[in-house]
Amino acid sequence: MNAPKPELRNRVGYQAILLGGFSTLATVLLVVGNIATQGAILERQKEDLQRSLNQVVPAVLYDNNLLDNPLRLPGPAGKSLAVYRGTRGMQINALAYEVSGQGYGGEIRLIMGLDADGRILGVRALSHAETPGLGDKIEVERSGWMLEFNGLSLGNPPQERWKVKKDGGRFDAFSGATITPRGVLKAIEGGLVFYREHRTELRSPPVVNNTTVSANEVTGNE
Amino acid sequence: MSNQYVRIVRDGLWDNNIVFVQALALCPLLAVSGTATNGLGMGLASTAVMIASGFSISLVRGIITPQVRIPIFVLIIAVLVTLVDMAMNAWVHDLHKVLGLFIPLIVTNCAILGRAESFASRNKWLPALFDGLMMGLGFTLALVLLGAGREILGSGTLFANAALMLGSWAASLELVLIPDYKGFLLIVLPPGGFILLGFLLAGKRLIDRALAARSHSVLLQTTTT
Repeated sequence: MNAPKPELRNRVGYQAILLGGFSTLATVLLVVGNIATQGAILERQKEDLQRSLNQVVPAVLYDNNLLDNPLRLPGPAGKSLAVYRGTRGMQINALAYEVSGQGYGGEIRLIMGLDADGRILGVRALSHAETPGLGDKIEVERSGWMLEFNGLSLGNPPQERWKVKKDGGRFDAFSGATITPRGVLKAIEGGLVFYREHRTELRSPPVVNNTTVSANEVTGNE
Repeated sequence: MSNQYVRIVRDGLWDNNIVFVQALALCPLLAVSGTATNGLGMGLASTAVMIASGFSISLVRGIITPQVRIPIFVLIIAVLVTLVDMAMNAWVHDLHKVLGLFIPLIVTNCAILGRAESFASRNKWLPALFDGLMMGLGFTLALVLLGAGREILGSGTLFANAALMLGSWAASLELVLIPDYKGFLLIVLPPGGFILLGFLLAGKRLIDRALAARSHSVLLQTTTT
């Protein structure tokens, strides 16, 4: 019965227990790590969102917390889209949501801010994989191209002119990169169409929703 | 410091440098060496993983059998990388946004498994930990050199965005060496990494040769006199 040590180590059972033991230990460590960091990570993600919303929605337009109860609507890509609303009093003053388009190096994620009448307050690139020095002019730190859209809406120019000049539209492309601006314009056009389709829901004040919800709760309690 | 530790320092930083001599870990090297700051961040994250993996693997080396050693090493390294990834996401978030894509790739950094196999599984925990530190610093050195070269030639700056990683004091590190530089796209893209890496490897060989020639002539002089 007293198996010498080398033999024990060569048994399949020993090796199975070894692997199982290490896997269990790994799982425990990852669970502990996840618990320790998930609060901070959520906090950071909220800060990121707040920062990108601040870029496209001027602070004078709202006095609420933009991150509070976003409106969820079926978005252009078929996924649910969170719309962040800036209000002052009962009035919706600004809307912000994420749109995405296909660039040269992959997906381009944009955040766009609109006022209540669907005019663009600002558009910024959140993430992209475009060629440095060519397609990265969509970053506002590198060129003012993204600022051209401020104040425009679907109708100014008309929808068929929301294209680069090469495709018969109104906007300049960058030298050496047409695919990137094309993708960005398509995304913005999609965002504007989304506004047009959901105009009434987007403009109905969220405060009404709040009161109905709380009224329901009160009645539920009684 | 005993002889062994001197050996480890020399091996890690120069004689057996992961990049310059072993030519390992080239994937993360070329991917994140676009700027000196990114190189430094990736180097330090990899160093942390190498220290921890060297330490933990040497602790458990007594109970691991040769047949299952590789899966266990990979498991340990993967857990450590995931923990570093989560910690960076939580506490150095801005740097994580820059390096985020590459942190999980530290797992595939063959240099870490290589050190686990060739050093940590054969040595006590202190030398193993120290070896991880030195190999990691050697890797960091290569990343920062390559990153600085690509950043200067590619965009005319040095340590851009260092404040994102190291805090506001590092803003003084951020230099614009060539104002109004138009940028040199080839160097910014991965081919530029390959080209500069070639020059760095050649430079290292030249230095080694010069050192060898000098010690040789010193040896000759001492024998002739």
